[in-house]
Amino acid sequence: MRPFTYTSANSKEQALLTYRPNSHYLAGGTNLVDLMKEDVERPDQLININNLSYNQIIANDNGGITLGAMARNSETANHQEVRTKYPLLSMAMLSAATDQIRNMASNGGNLLQRTRCPYFFDTSMPCNKRQPGTGCGAKEGMNALHAIFGYSDKCIAVHPSDMCVALAAIGATIEVQKPGGSSRMIAFSDFHRLPGEQPEKDTNLLPGELITAIHLAKPEFSDHYYYLKIRERSSYAFALISVAAGLQLNNGVITKAGLAMGGVAHKPWKLIKAEAYLSGRIPNQANFEAAATLEMKDAKPFKESKYKVEMGTRAIVRALTQAYERKA
Amino acid sequence: MKEIKKWKEKVEPINLNEDEETILNQMGLKGSTRRKFLKQVTAASLSICASNYFSSEVFANSIHKLPDNAGVLMNEIKLKLRVNDLVKPLTIDSRTSLLDALREHLILTGTKKGCDHGQCGACTVIIDGKRHLSCLTLAATCENKAITTIEGLAKDGKMHPMQEAFLKHDGFQCGYCTPGQICSAVALLEEAKNGDASFVTDNLKQMQRNLKLSEEEIRERMSGNICRCGAYNNIVQAFKQVHSGNAEMPTWQFATKEQMEKAKGA
Repeated sequence: MRPFTYTSANSKEQALLTYRPNSHYLAGGTNLVDLMKEDVERPDQLININNLSYNQIIANDNGGITLGAMARNSETANHQEVRTKYPLLSMAMLSAATDQIRNMASNGGNLLQRTRCPYFFDTSMPCNKRQPGTGCGAKEGMNALHAIFGYSDKCIAVHPSDMCVALAAIGATIEVQKPGGSSRMIAFSDFHRLPGEQPEKDTNLLPGELITAIHLAKPEFSDHYYYLKIRERSSYAFALISVAAGLQLNNGVITKAGLAMGGVAHKPWKLIKAEAYLSGRIPNQANFEAAATLEMKDAKPFKESKYKVEMGTRAIVRALTQAYERKA
Repeated sequence: MKEIKKWKEKVEPINLNEDEETILNQMGLKGSTRRKFLKQVTAASLSICASNYFSSEVFANSIHKLPDNAGVLMNEIKLKLRVNDLVKPLTIDSRTSLLDALREHLILTGTKKGCDHGQCGACTVIIDGKRHLSCLTLAATCENKAITTIEGLAKDGKMHPMQEAFLKHDGFQCGYCTPGQICSAVALLEEAKNGDASFVTDNLKQMQRNLKLSEEEIRERMSGNICRCGAYNNIVQAFKQVHSGNAEMPTWQFATKEQMEKAKGA
């Protein structure tokens, strides 16, 4: 690991003032410290923000709840309000990593997880995300774990978070502190970005901005929800494909669907077409299949990721079926 | 004194070749930092040459005489670590993981380094009552925290019930993952009392304390501790004994035709 100076901030102001180019805020460190050991991340300075007070989970004015950026993933997933009103989020978070890692990982940090693309991790390989201009090793190489939607010529990596897939399905707003002291709100769908010409940028955060909270709107999918995670072993693995599905039903008709997919794009992939298709329709196998097919026909897989199209279609149908049939 | 000063100046890098220049630049070592580094390298090389003249006993005994502080550190952090109810002041490089601080600075080698990348769980310790991975925790962030390692589980010369159960049920083969498994299992007992859910919990909306965990639940919740010897059945058995008093050995069976059909249809 390369040398860095270490500062522990006791206030938001101190953290923002200490920030300078090539610094990193340090929360749980489960991703950052690992990437520093791999020599992928090379900060000059770490600013410990674990002592900042953004660790509350509280009711907000919109009838929803606000998750503090520094609250840990395990506290969040096990919080009574999250489990009873946003069980889809709880389920997705509990599918991720292990108890040890969830005890360490913060909510803000989860939003900033970097891709698990093997070319990104291996500094002897080309990777435009790690080192812009070196090319993408995955396009013509091992690409079984890569994007089938929204990629660019520069990068075909996927976003690894489970929590973010659930947030994409249920909707959220991210609050960040700007270096000047004021704050701004970012709609969840605008937070992560597609690779385009700048795959080195995972999100639309600006340098020095500090995530302080995730605001959730009024709960809509607390009865019919499911997080389906398909992976190479049944625990402690990243998703090949995951689907977060929430349904709102009234008199046997779907009034609203919240759907998002993980493991298929550079950002959590909101299934807008399928959501629109299902709204106003009856929840049955035929409609679920039609919605899934509608969404997946745009997929453009690579040589080794063709399986993801069929797997994705079935995963959407299965997640919707599980969500619909859920009794508790 | 003068002579020593002169000697120091002599070893200053004057003519670095292009490769050496590149390496030092890539390491981010410039100016006075670079000079400091090269001095240390020179000292280190000398000690490697000299090491042949010392027997291993000399090194083994020297552990007890380790100074609190290393001579020169690049980004020095001073902190007090509270480990197993003892507080120890340390001066460390900012890069030091909690795992390395425990093993290399405090000589608490019970905590094991497996992958050092958060993928195996061998380094699991308990921080403020919660299980954490010490390999991905920077020691600098642990000031004012209560750290418990495998060495701190026994009380008054008596093993923790989880340690006894691992022994009784052979919850290991080579033993390398065991300290992490045991720390993880001890923390899991509390999580179950607290009513924490897991990915395989059926009803997330039902909040309930003092959970009685099924084998499936135990396996999911212990999945962060990998055992290459595959002593999983015995580990589950040991955990069950402490958790519920039921020490029945887990058994495996193939899924029935009906179960397979049901899984496919799900």
